[in-house]
Amino acid sequence: MPERPRSERPQLERPMIEIHNVTRSYGSFKALDDASLTIKEGEFFSLLGPSGCGKTTLLRMIAGFDNPTSGLISVDGQSMQGIPANRRPTNMVFQSYAIFPHLNVEQNVAYGLKRLKLAGSEEKRRVEEALAQVSLTGLGKRLATELSGGQRQRVALARALVMRPKVLLLDEPLSALDKKLREQMQVELRRLQQAVGITFVLVTHDQYEALAMSDRIAVMFGGRIAQVASPKEIYQRPVNRQVADFLGGMNFVKAEIVEENGASLVVDTLGFGRVKTDKPKAFVRNGGAATLGIRPERLRVLWDNATAKFEVAGKVVERHYFGEITHLIVEIPGLEKPLSVTETNDFGADDIPVGTSIRLAYDPDALVAMAD
Amino acid sequence: MTAAAEGAPAFGMTRARRNALLQSESVQGFALISPTFLYALILLVLPILVVIAHSFWTQNYLTIDRTFTLENYRAALTEPIYRDLLWRSLYISLMVSFFTVVLAYPIAYFISFHGGRHKSLWLFLITIPFWTSYLLRVMSWKVILGYNGVLNSGLMGLGLIDEPSTALLYNSSAVIITLTHAWAAFAILPIFVSLEKVDRTLVEAATDLGDGPIRSFLRVTLPLSAPGIISAALIVMIPTVGDYVTPKLVGGKDGVMIANAIQAQFGKASNWPLGAALSVTTMLIVTLMAGATVVIIRAAQRLAR
Ligand SMILES: Nc1ncnc2c1ncn2[C@@H]1O[C@H](COP(=O)(O)OP(=O)(O)OP(=O)(O)O)[C@@H](O)[C@H]1O
Ligand SMILES: [Mg+2]
Repeated sequence: MPERPRSERPQLERPMIEIHNVTRSYGSFKALDDASLTIKEGEFFSLLGPSGCGKTTLLRMIAGFDNPTSGLISVDGQSMQGIPANRRPTNMVFQSYAIFPHLNVEQNVAYGLKRLKLAGSEEKRRVEEALAQVSLTGLGKRLATELSGGQRQRVALARALVMRPKVLLLDEPLSALDKKLREQMQVELRRLQQAVGITFVLVTHDQYEALAMSDRIAVMFGGRIAQVASPKEIYQRPVNRQVADFLGGMNFVKAEIVEENGASLVVDTLGFGRVKTDKPKAFVRNGGAATLGIRPERLRVLWDNATAKFEVAGKVVERHYFGEITHLIVEIPGLEKPLSVTETNDFGADDIPVGTSIRLAYDPDALVAMAD
Repeated sequence: MTAAAEGAPAFGMTRARRNALLQSESVQGFALISPTFLYALILLVLPILVVIAHSFWTQNYLTIDRTFTLENYRAALTEPIYRDLLWRSLYISLMVSFFTVVLAYPIAYFISFHGGRHKSLWLFLITIPFWTSYLLRVMSWKVILGYNGVLNSGLMGLGLIDEPSTALLYNSSAVIITLTHAWAAFAILPIFVSLEKVDRTLVEAATDLGDGPIRSFLRVTLPLSAPGIISAALIVMIPTVGDYVTPKLVGGKDGVMIANAIQAQFGKASNWPLGAALSVTTMLIVTLMAGATVVIIRAAQRLAR
């Protein structure tokens, strides 16, 4: 049975993690600067951002390994101030997996259960169940040193899930795996999260990982949260150039604001003419200038005499072949920077010679206005 | 090596073949270990062989009768005096290893986990007492534990005792105290090294799974530092069994150890074969005890899971 589209899945609206104006300073340096965020129950939430932007810092404060310099964190309605890591309803999957080397897989998974003093059979049942959830059945007697990277990751996952936490925190859990395994684990992790219904908070610097797995994403830069939204909105309606750039290639065109009202923005551009776009949520006008963006895959090559309602004309100056797609760099008269166009290769975009004059079609809905 | 390889061709051996030989890993390996190997052979293996040979012979006043006999071993194992000395030596060395490890562990733990940026400074400070001669350090314990010593005066000053206690010096406890102090630094280092190797995220993982500081220490840090505990215990245990200076200086009549008896046989008593048999017996028993220590610590480590 195919998975239901994400937007149709029932979303619980109860807040699970609330972060209120949290700052973490190291001397005068702020690793996290006045961050506020609400993560809902049952949500797959990602913290996305470049290296050093404070993702791990935030995650470790939720787990209790670090404390905010100022601000409050609460989990499931309960303030976490003064509550040590071992008494928080959260569990963590560490980036290095942190599998206990002196214990075998079963003992690793049962580690946290030991303290609960369950009946032997109940403990065994829960360990078996957790191992089955991560497809490790039968490997219980192996030592950590006898496991592959992917298997170690599953042990770390099972060891945390077996505790039935309210929140599972994952710090770049897939970054040590090779590409193929990583993509497989992305799907599995997502499926697992839906099966157990636990709130997942994933830290990643891989935008595709965040887009593919999350219900919502917080994009962070330099200790600040730039945007919190669904993957689609983050990708299609980035709040500023930095976010747009981090989420993949984007063509930026200089724009002049002609009219601004409640929900829309009318801008004048060279190349694309006068365009009316939705106004981004956190748009703050900075004089009369703005930026208009369009993703390379939203520009289409018009073949032969085909016409479109909205088109721009230009000349191919570069061509890069990538197997199933081709990147064309197209110079448009009046634009200071050429446009980057991604075209699938089924119509022969890979055969367009450099120097050819072509026309590009676009959908005005694909144009997005941004603060600079 | 390069100089030899580039020299003129040797007799009957082509340059290429000789180079191949010189570069082969086993030859290089042997070349690298040969000085140590020779050293060990001359200074360790030969003397031991001589001792073992003597243990099967008989002393005939000034000459040695070289007919094979087990008489020396019979004496070493059955004469009450030697048996008692052997037991006492083993007891003392076990106690010393135990106390040394128990005292050294917290120090090593503190330096490793809370030493911050000054770890090497701390380690350096620990070595300072060892800049003085061992004899001086033993003597200073005599000053502390003696009849008119620091401890007795202190206790009398506090009114806890009326006259100086003679129970402090010249017995096995004095030997244990002195040896424990003498070996502390040697036990701190291996424990420190093994604690340094404990991945700190493992402790965090234990905390994350619900363990408080004491539980995570007992379930993660302690078992993972077991190799350091084993080496520390062995480093202390093996040489202390055969120590003879310390019992001589602070042991008195009740603190005599097997090494003092061995020394007497090679010295005043002039019965080398018996001395040799006592040495070999001690060596074998120490080996057994060391093996048992490793097994016991490993078993304890397994139980802690
Ligand atoms: N103990 C510390 N002392 C000083 N600065 C620190 C400390 N820990 C982290 N920082 C700084 O805080 C900033 C955020 O670190 P953090 O580990 O949260 O980054 P990150 O977003 O997880 O990056 P990455 O993707 O590389 O893991 C970094 O600039 C880092 O140098
Ligand atoms: Mg990080």
